[in-house]
Amino acid sequence: MLNTNEAIAREIRREILKATAAAKSGHPGGSLSLAEIMTVLYFDEMKVDANDPQNPERDRFVMSKGHATPVLYATLALKGFFPVAELASFRQINSRLQGHPDMKHIPGVDFTTGSLGQGLSGALGMALAGKLDHSPRRVYTIIGDGECQEGQIWEAAMAASHYKLDNLVVILDYNNLQICGEICDVMNIEPIQDKWKAFGWHVIELDGHDFSQIRAALQGARATKGQPTLLLAHTVKGKGISFMENKAEWHGSAPNAEQLALALAELAEKEVVRHE
Amino acid sequence: MSKMIATRDAYKEALVTLGQENPNVVVLDADLAKSTMTIGFAQRFPERFFSIGIAEANMTGIAAGLAASGKIPFASTFAIFATGRAYEQIRNSIGYPHLNVKIAATHAGITVGEDGATHQSIEDMGLMRGIPGMTVICPADGVETAAAVRAIADYVGPVYLRMGRSAVPVIMPKDYEMSWGKAVYLREGRDVSLVATGMMSAVALEAAEVLAAEGIGAEVLHVPFIKPLDQEAVVATAKKTGAVVTAEEHSIINGLGSAVAECLSEQAPTPICRIGIQDTFGESGKPAQLLEKYSLTAKDIVAAAKQVMLQKRT
Repeated sequence: MLNTNEAIAREIRREILKATAAAKSGHPGGSLSLAEIMTVLYFDEMKVDANDPQNPERDRFVMSKGHATPVLYATLALKGFFPVAELASFRQINSRLQGHPDMKHIPGVDFTTGSLGQGLSGALGMALAGKLDHSPRRVYTIIGDGECQEGQIWEAAMAASHYKLDNLVVILDYNNLQICGEICDVMNIEPIQDKWKAFGWHVIELDGHDFSQIRAALQGARATKGQPTLLLAHTVKGKGISFMENKAEWHGSAPNAEQLALALAELAEKEVVRHE
Repeated sequence: MSKMIATRDAYKEALVTLGQENPNVVVLDADLAKSTMTIGFAQRFPERFFSIGIAEANMTGIAAGLAASGKIPFASTFAIFATGRAYEQIRNSIGYPHLNVKIAATHAGITVGEDGATHQSIEDMGLMRGIPGMTVICPADGVETAAAVRAIADYVGPVYLRMGRSAVPVIMPKDYEMSWGKAVYLREGRDVSLVATGMMSAVALEAAEVLAAEGIGAEVLHVPFIKPLDQEAVVATAKKTGAVVTAEEHSIINGLGSAVAECLSEQAPTPICRIGIQDTFGESGKPAQLLEKYSLTAKDIVAAAKQVMLQKRT
């Protein structure tokens, strides 16, 4: 039963693993790091209706780190935007579940992303539109830590604070790993908190796997007026699967059948332990 | 001598008019509003004008987000930055999702003049033409620019509108309306076809006069839509005259000349001579001097017409 956030996040993880294994490709690591955050966004925070995905007054979500389609699609499917069974077609020929999010064909996807650094600008445009319309709708976007190496992120960071977009929330998935290794070795982004603050953002630091901290941080963002909010979410790449945690090689490779079985068994074991 | 007006000046007025008629129209600029002339809209509708600073990539993405929220954004800057700096943003954030963004760029081509090669965009139509679903429009004059602004606001989908810096002759009638995807016959003739776009259409008309004085009947076909290309009109004029000269203030690679050559080589193989920038960068100079040096004058079109007529298949 998906009656708790914990149960939902666990189900999201299962679908991430199954979908990438079925596709024999995809990005499980940076998807597993987002299971709790996506759970809270879609099941607690955002005003969205799976039966009315184009409602102009809905809150908007942009997965700026577009390779995290496994977690995005799993969340959308569990929320009811399309059948969970469809996740089996992820990344395969003739599927609408493209490797990176395609707003034209997938219900619930508000913006097309995949090329890093671009989604935040799109979210900014949506937030400006919300202000123009005097609408209470809010815009949420998730960016990667490696993505902060893109110059366009900082162009957008500057503009969002210039336009005082307090209807915009950016969640930085700080799992500290990118394809080639640790962020600090590939291209150091620190001091990341100071950078966002210097660009005029309200920054809230949190454990991105702690439901109550995520909820509190989103509440803090809502209470912030006159500036955009960045949630600096410390996360673990590959979170929840022991052999995937904190390993850069799980950024962009899928589990094989044996690894999938091991991973699903781990999730089941945790479920049993919690219920005892 | 016909009236002279820069297409960017026509853009200024057309945008203000459009802003009055359509509250969904919003305008973005990257610190060049006084040059692209979006300043008119900015002063009239400050709440719907977004100064993005010198950040073209961000401007492009913001425009995409506004379009995804039901607005009709016109994003303006110089053609070189609009299409070059932000190419991949246009391709992935606007083209792929087919969002309703109008990339309305000015200062295209070498008639930018004194700023030199860094600012003279000669590849922009090629970049935009290669994006699936993108419409590419290069108006001949101020009248057609105003008509294009109205037409693209009504059309739902991404458009690249190419405008210039310098004043160019007005060749379209006052009441001109744009027919979507259609080329415009400016002059009938049976000996050679001059197929031109943008400011070069006026130059082609001038060349046709010179040719007429020598007893050569030149048909002038103005092509505002580089994409979708009016293939029917291009094939018809090529079949009629059997010899084609293309003329554009753009590289001969990937622009009008390429589009016409692609079309004709498949549908009606015809000798072609392409007038345009010959795969080289421009330089500083006055627009007229540059047009002369880079062989974009009526004299050059006349010479090309005579040359291509020699290759006609009889």
